[in-house]
Amino acid sequence: MAMEVTQILLNAQAVDGALRKQAEENLKQFQEQNLPSFLYSLAGELANDEKPAESRKLAGLILKNALDAKEQHRKIELVQRWLSLDPTLKAQIKALLLRTLSSPSVDARSTVSQVIAKVAGIELPHKQWPELIGSLLSNVHQLPAPTRQATLETLGYICEEVSPDVVDQDHVNKILTAVVQGMNSTEENNDVRLAAVRALYNALGFAQANFSNDMERDYIMRIVCETTLSPDVKIRRAAFECLVAISSTYYEKLAPYIQDIFNITAKAVKEDEEQVALQAIEFWSSICDEEIDILEEYGGDFSADSDIPCFYFIKQALSFLVPMLLETLLKQDEDQDQDEGAWNIAMAGGTCLGLVARTVGDDIVPLVMPFIQENISKPDWRQREAATYAFGSILEGPSPEKLEPLVTMALNFMLTALMKDPSNHVKDTTAWTLGRMFEFLHGTALDTPIITPANCQQIVTVLIQSMKDVPNVAEKACGALYFLAQGYEDAGSASSPLTPYFQDIVQALLTVTHREDAVESRLRTAAYEALNEVVRCSNDETAPMVVQLAPLIMLELHNTLENQKVSSDERQNELQGLLCGCLQVIIQKLGSSEPTKYHFMQYADQIMALFLKVFASRSATAHEEAMLAIGALAYATGPDFAKYMTEFYKYLEMGLQNFEDYQVCAITVGVVGDVCRALEEKILPYCDGIMTQLLKDLSSNQLHRSVKPPIFSCFGDIALAIGENFEKYLLYAMPMLQSAAELSAHTSGADDDMTEYTNSLRNGILEAYSGIFQGFKGSPKTQLLMPYAPHVLQFLDSLYMEKDMDDVVTKTAIGVLGDLADTLGSSAGPLIQQSVSSKDFLKECLSSDDHLIKESAEWAKLAISRAISF
Amino acid sequence: MAPHDLRRPFKRPLISDQEKRRQQSLLRQAQNRRDAQNHARFLASTALSLEQPHELEPEPELHDELIPDSEAPESPKELDVVEASKLKGAEARKWFAKQLMHPEWMIDIPENLSQDWFVFARPSGKRCFVVSCNGTTISRLRNGSILHRFPSELPNGARRKDSSGPAQSYSILDCIFHEVDQTYYVIDMVCWRGYSLYDCAAEFRFFWLNSKLAETGACEPPSHYHKYRFSLVPVYCCDQSGLCAAYTGSVPYVKDGLLFYNKHAHYQTGITPLALVWKDENCSQYVMDTDSKGQVPNQQQVVLELQEGGKLCTSDDPPVVFGCLDGGFMHESELHSGCLVRFAIGEGGLVLVDGKLEKADLNYLGKANRARASADSFSKVMFQYSVRHSPLRIDDLLGSVNSAADESNKVCDIEMDG
Repeated sequence: MAMEVTQILLNAQAVDGALRKQAEENLKQFQEQNLPSFLYSLAGELANDEKPAESRKLAGLILKNALDAKEQHRKIELVQRWLSLDPTLKAQIKALLLRTLSSPSVDARSTVSQVIAKVAGIELPHKQWPELIGSLLSNVHQLPAPTRQATLETLGYICEEVSPDVVDQDHVNKILTAVVQGMNSTEENNDVRLAAVRALYNALGFAQANFSNDMERDYIMRIVCETTLSPDVKIRRAAFECLVAISSTYYEKLAPYIQDIFNITAKAVKEDEEQVALQAIEFWSSICDEEIDILEEYGGDFSADSDIPCFYFIKQALSFLVPMLLETLLKQDEDQDQDEGAWNIAMAGGTCLGLVARTVGDDIVPLVMPFIQENISKPDWRQREAATYAFGSILEGPSPEKLEPLVTMALNFMLTALMKDPSNHVKDTTAWTLGRMFEFLHGTALDTPIITPANCQQIVTVLIQSMKDVPNVAEKACGALYFLAQGYEDAGSASSPLTPYFQDIVQALLTVTHREDAVESRLRTAAYEALNEVVRCSNDETAPMVVQLAPLIMLELHNTLENQKVSSDERQNELQGLLCGCLQVIIQKLGSSEPTKYHFMQYADQIMALFLKVFASRSATAHEEAMLAIGALAYATGPDFAKYMTEFYKYLEMGLQNFEDYQVCAITVGVVGDVCRALEEKILPYCDGIMTQLLKDLSSNQLHRSVKPPIFSCFGDIALAIGENFEKYLLYAMPMLQSAAELSAHTSGADDDMTEYTNSLRNGILEAYSGIFQGFKGSPKTQLLMPYAPHVLQFLDSLYMEKDMDDVVTKTAIGVLGDLADTLGSSAGPLIQQSVSSKDFLKECLSSDDHLIKESAEWAKLAISRAISF
Repeated sequence: MAPHDLRRPFKRPLISDQEKRRQQSLLRQAQNRRDAQNHARFLASTALSLEQPHELEPEPELHDELIPDSEAPESPKELDVVEASKLKGAEARKWFAKQLMHPEWMIDIPENLSQDWFVFARPSGKRCFVVSCNGTTISRLRNGSILHRFPSELPNGARRKDSSGPAQSYSILDCIFHEVDQTYYVIDMVCWRGYSLYDCAAEFRFFWLNSKLAETGACEPPSHYHKYRFSLVPVYCCDQSGLCAAYTGSVPYVKDGLLFYNKHAHYQTGITPLALVWKDENCSQYVMDTDSKGQVPNQQQVVLELQEGGKLCTSDDPPVVFGCLDGGFMHESELHSGCLVRFAIGEGGLVLVDGKLEKADLNYLGKANRARASADSFSKVMFQYSVRHSPLRIDDLLGSVNSAADESNKVCDIEMDG
């Protein structure tokens, strides 16, 4: 039943386009007409050592693609397809695959190991192919080195592919034993050792039980540490990657080894090649991540129920770690500030230093200050840059009390350096450091402000001047201005020291956006971001200037749309996105207070016309920004938004159909909500189309799951807007809500991400019920909802019993109880009285500490008492 | 198994401004949805409650300043609060005159006083409705006339630039204006930011009042945008400690009796038995009615309305009949149906059988003051009567609150029959 496919596979890689196309067509036909034979033939080709390397490789690749795909829905299809094939055929294919591991061809071995892992990825979770691990490992020691290597690679891919719970502990033990033996220095073949180290990296997640066993853990750790000393740089690097993975997976088991690991990493940072040294630094960054998380979660207050205690590894290693990291800062690359993709030891070391500062706080300051003082004025730019970077790195973490005197002292120095230092590196880092000072040590909440009316003018002048510098320095100056403005965000309508310079700042930022070289170093983006923040933090005094800014930005957007007619490119689209974003911030700011809204409304028609033109471009980012801005506009405009609907509607529908750029879809769903609240019953003529699209979205398995909860909430928005007119959608919407509710009622065994998603889904469903019940209130058609009441109450009861709702869901859920009672009244009285929710759940919510929950519960109690008493 | 990318964000913020915009939009939408939901929950039922006719007249007290406007107000067409808030002049006066909830006088102690009731010390002063809307605040006395027009920190209570939320949304508070410290003591909340609380239980209204009022800054001392200070009144559960606290506790205002509010009762315009007023000499200067000279008359006086067939009635709905005048006497004294007539209660007193008035010894004094808008209520007459004969004392109230507690603790004795 195997077909001869060699020639087709070779033709499919031919230079001749026609030949290639023909071959691809043949393969497609073969696959569609006889899948079993197709797969078997490919496996045969891959296994046959007499065939050309090219055809074997492609055969393996096509096989792999027949088993897995990136898109979730396609992946599910392929899995189902494989599972439904004849078991005998599958056994034959699998035998061919396993045989290929011993092939003399390195390409064939390496390809087949991935194919085997894909098959395992499908079958192991279904308790099929139980003999796989056994047969891979049966005589691994006696195998020739190339086959040993391929076998270890296969194990690595399998561990990457399947989740730990589908492999039983006995097999895990065997895998780990084989892998760790492969890493051992007694293994003479470096390819085998490398394959083993990489396999261990993937297998670490399976080793929970082994890491809990002192002896086994000691053994694994000893071998990993030894492997970091291998003469082969690839093996050393892979071994450090394992250490990094261990630092996050088994943080709580590291105490006995931390001293040794410090020695190993310190040596690597000092002496080893950069790719290895980077991993060594990453180990400590990763430990910082862990300790920051732990300290944030428990606030340093550890009790018996803390999951993982903090071992304060960073604090203990501090006096050795900090000098090691400071040393790396002097190893900058000449052009790292211009190269977007750069990542070197100085950057990694500085980043790690920043994390260490966040982990230990004040303790880091005395260890870093001498380095700064010694180097900040040296003639060598590397020393000045390193000192400045060190200072910028430690500004987050230590207390304001500790930092304020230092920052106040350094401020003038930095401002001068930004103007006068001859090195662009130093200026770049200096501007960034100023931004960090403003980000962490400036704001209305701090006791002693570092920025006073006295020095504000100088700061603004220097930053504006610096915006004319080379793009990477100007970008950082814009960033510093962003945080300077942000510090006044909470100042409210009180006068801000920035007010006198508002006009100059806005002008300077607009000038930056027009620079010829503004596309370099994200400069233009940084300028618009700073402009947005300046707008967000404007106050009563500066609002008139924001009103004047609106037509300027509109003109910019108009110009890009005109240019687009001539030529359309990435940058044009990116700029449109930035301009729409800026307009969104302006609309939201001016729309939030009546007098400014009044002034702004004169531009509404023009602005809407511009947004609609943006939808003609093909950039998802621009669409997303325009849609967000339209949502803000609908909110500010209110019922008058109706006049834009005829034109806007088709883009709304287009957004709802955009499965691929699911962010656009999600944002459009949110905007439907904005429009519903703005138009209320005037949205009715558009509801058939919108509801059809939303229902389609929900039943699609192509749409990203994160969009589904907002769609349910959107049902509620629509129902609330159109009231009893929602009647005709009940038949479709209610069963969808009901089945989603059943699915989301239980989370047992799910991980944190899944629980979080389930809660957002529940919230969406509940918001839908709320809107529907409230929408029908007082209508003669109220009784249409009666048949759904038992299910809704049951859903609330099961949520209550499940005990894993977050506060948001609790608040929405108890509100739905009230909405149901409020709308259905006495006819639902007996049902309500039977439900647990109306008793225990309500009682719990009434005594909640969360005032939003309490508020909803009070309201529900009132509605229920009315429903029951009449 | 390709090598893993280690790069971390370098000299750049972790969250892009675009992400920030997205998050802020989501927050705004969630907030707007909550507002819309709350609006639906509270507003939609308002219209219903206000469509009911309000026929009960406000109950006057002798010591209140009386307004020389005795014409019986025509019933204005039924409006909801939104429409009413736009009324001007006489129309507004007529409408607001009917909107206050008035307590009955406590002539016997309700059951479950300790469980179902709140108690608080009533501030002495002018009862009024305070409405904030469209950048101004107006207080209206019980007859609907304006007491003050002023800027306040209540929602939309002053014209300022940074006000948030729709300017036309109104708030209505039930207050007593206390002259001495020029403070509005808020005793109830009727509407808040456009949400009607008419249909809400007192328990909820007080909860809402407590949590919302302070948020606005209305309780701050007076300032340019805030002419009068507003203040909350301490409200207690009517158990023993609550009752004692209300009765003896020190408050910054002069007390005028105690008010009892049933926890489950809605805000009902007119006289309601679900709110009660009680006074004694310790907690009020105005226990017994005074005449126009401020003197307590020797005999209790009552004002009754003369109705068809000479019946003398209270202002209650349905009215309680105290007696009957014969046609000759009416003709002689130029009395006609609708007149308010003043009587003294004579030696024979009031005779009650099973809580119902059987006989009243009434001595005609004359027509009532022209300023009087309506007759006395039955509960007021009875309270005044009992004050003069067998007053309901604080000890009786405390006793009833205690006995409730005793009852629940009471152990049943079982007789041993051996």
